[in-house]
Amino acid sequence: MPEDTFIRLLQKQLPASCILSQPDELRPYECDALSAYRQLPLVVVIPETLQQLQTTLRLCAEQEVPVVARGSGTGLSGGAMPLGNGVLLSLARFNRILEIDTLNRTARVQPGVTNLAISSAAAPHGLYYAPDPSSQIACSIGGNVAENAGGVHCLKYGLTTHNIQALEILTIDGEALTIGGPALDSPGYDLLALMTGSEGLLGIIYEVTVKLLPKPAAAQVVLAAFDSVDAAGAAVTATIASGIIPAGLELLDKPAIHAVRKFIDTGYPEDANAILLCELDGSQEDVTAQIERVSQVYRDAGASALQVSRDEAERQRFWAGRKAAFPAMGRLSPDYYCMDGTIPRKHLATVLNRIAELSGEYGLPICNVFHAGDGNLHPLILYDANKPGELERTEELGGKILELCVAVGGTITGEHGVGLEKINQMCVQFNDAELQQFHAVKQAFDPRNLLNPGKAIPTLHRCAEFGAMHVHHGQLPHPELERF
Amino acid sequence: MTCEQTLIEQLQAATAGGTPLAIQGGGSKAFYGRACEAQPCLVGAHSGVIDYTPAELVISARAGTPLAELETVLEQEGQMLAFEPPHFGTTATLGGTIACGLSGPRRPYTGAARDFVLGVNCINGKGELLRLGGQVMKNVAGYDLSRLLTGSLGTLAVLLDIHLKVLPRPETEVTLQQACTAEEAILRCNRWAGQPLPLSGACHSDGRLYLRLSGSARGVAAAAATLGGDSCDADPGFWKALREQQLPFFLDDTPLWRLSVPPAAAGINIEGQQMLDWGGAQRWLKSHAPGGHIRDTLTATGGHAILYRNGDRSGAVFQPLPPGMLALQRRIKQSFDPAGILNPGRLYAEL
Repeated sequence: MPEDTFIRLLQKQLPASCILSQPDELRPYECDALSAYRQLPLVVVIPETLQQLQTTLRLCAEQEVPVVARGSGTGLSGGAMPLGNGVLLSLARFNRILEIDTLNRTARVQPGVTNLAISSAAAPHGLYYAPDPSSQIACSIGGNVAENAGGVHCLKYGLTTHNIQALEILTIDGEALTIGGPALDSPGYDLLALMTGSEGLLGIIYEVTVKLLPKPAAAQVVLAAFDSVDAAGAAVTATIASGIIPAGLELLDKPAIHAVRKFIDTGYPEDANAILLCELDGSQEDVTAQIERVSQVYRDAGASALQVSRDEAERQRFWAGRKAAFPAMGRLSPDYYCMDGTIPRKHLATVLNRIAELSGEYGLPICNVFHAGDGNLHPLILYDANKPGELERTEELGGKILELCVAVGGTITGEHGVGLEKINQMCVQFNDAELQQFHAVKQAFDPRNLLNPGKAIPTLHRCAEFGAMHVHHGQLPHPELERF
Repeated sequence: MTCEQTLIEQLQAATAGGTPLAIQGGGSKAFYGRACEAQPCLVGAHSGVIDYTPAELVISARAGTPLAELETVLEQEGQMLAFEPPHFGTTATLGGTIACGLSGPRRPYTGAARDFVLGVNCINGKGELLRLGGQVMKNVAGYDLSRLLTGSLGTLAVLLDIHLKVLPRPETEVTLQQACTAEEAILRCNRWAGQPLPLSGACHSDGRLYLRLSGSARGVAAAAATLGGDSCDADPGFWKALREQQLPFFLDDTPLWRLSVPPAAAGINIEGQQMLDWGGAQRWLKSHAPGGHIRDTLTATGGHAILYRNGDRSGAVFQPLPPGMLALQRRIKQSFDPAGILNPGRLYAEL
């Protein structure tokens, strides 16, 4: 069908205010926060009501037009990158908090509500929504569910999947389904877990019920400096081994500390080669007890400096450096590329040393600022997109880092999602039978492959092509296929 | 031949011949779910801890590993399965625990079985070995199928190896008792759960509210002073007896229903005896009332009912699904097990 015919069909059934189709109107939607990948959509639809959302999906299903859902567009893996022949479906106008149930400790919200807005609305009741991705001021809860977003406090409070209770979704045919519910579990298969992190491939979320937790009475940060990343890594292990689960446990390496110190005054020691930020929360009694224990652990681990936040302002100042790390890199380098692998923590030192070697081999500097407590690495590769070939080399280096994560028993993505960015590395992490199982599950929801096609799960054909360039576990994958 | 290969071959043959299989670990939860008459597929011999580094907070073990053995290994390192799974007998295995997806008194405060599953190796109905999820805390590569399998009662795949997140055992635990009505208990539990208190259990039975607090000695002492009541540390076995359904309430043949409701839901008016766990979110009902009446009453609360023990195991045991949802779950079942050989009918007659 000619493309303008489809747009006319949309225009017949939806108000003009819901449709953007002029190139200058489409431009803001051409990418998400992975801005290296851009594509103008055929059309942007921004429904305001459930009925309009349903109409849009039914029309897409009927005309076999693919649909890419978008929340705030803060995703880092290209999951919301549009398709040139498809609808970019913005949920931005589904932006209301519908209910805060203080006794059951839940909030029912529309998907376009920002992560932070939920906690702000719950704050008068002493409650908050725990997952706190660094983009929380802008990112939407719908996108958080689609990506199974994490944050600094995952180690203790879990990811999005641990903190939601119900979803209302529309299938590609516009059929409404309730997944989960107001009780702590629901009958049948656990589709809540399946939907969370499914990157818009299975259904469109139009309502989310999140769990709210009581705000801890006290929180303090221990800042410990170390002479090497290895020593800091060992201190991370020792923290957990001491029987404490910190609310957050973050590591900054020397290049990151250096960049932050130039950017903002945080009081980070100048000569440190690595810094750990360990946040402890709970009752004041609990926090005091944990600080004593953690401080001893860090002294034993050879910390060269140790500070405990004395008040809320100082705690915020310690965190300000961590939070400023990415913008600080932006000052040092024209561009940076943020990776997101997770590894078993015992391999931390090995992996960080190998990343440093790779950085040398490629001649591209790498800073490390990451969620050390749960082994979620965020190496930042500094590059200049204006230099010919540098983006390609950066992506190749990034791919090597992810493959290294898989080789030590980890994963190619801890919290940013696969999207388009890591689709080739999926071929390294999963074999054909596993990928086929993923596709079969997708078929159960979306048999015509109209929801965010081409993202998250690679086709076997794509893996065969990618595999031609890579050897997996010493064997060429797909030996049955011809190679050219 | 390894257990793994034997199982793969058994499943491939069963799919080819259309032979239904009844997956069995230690048989301790054979009472749970719908009756499923089929050729046994025995997993118990696939046993043993594969990998455990306490500082990683992860344990990997084979599905046939006895739950008691696994818990002993963890206890020696001062750690635990924080979802506090019921055993229901000495033969309980890890695989059966995850396949049933059952959690104990700590569940509302620390999470359910599915929350601690990081990954599984399993065999789908076609006899294909699948490695899903992994051994790391955060992992969003591919659909989260290992959590989907948790609680699926063996109808999607045979679990082989399971990677779980574990947590340190609390330094101190204290149990408080307060005399109050069930209605008052529901209010208290949910008000307190909204405050930063180290709650790890809340159960009401026979006019008494039992509260468990876990954490540092100082933190627990401070919270206990806030909440008030009498300490009953003389009987720390209460929570285990509750978890294992060994309290007198559970010891008869009346149909036992598990009512899963919004935690603060007001008293549920159905003829029979009730006991309240999970701070109100899980209520046990002993009743001869018709299943349809119980389910309709629960639907009105937003919750659902499970015929947990006794009663008719050939009819509906779990709350029937709305037609659109049932159709979707059937398609999901078919995506794993197109020949329909894995525990057919154990969860729903249609799956």
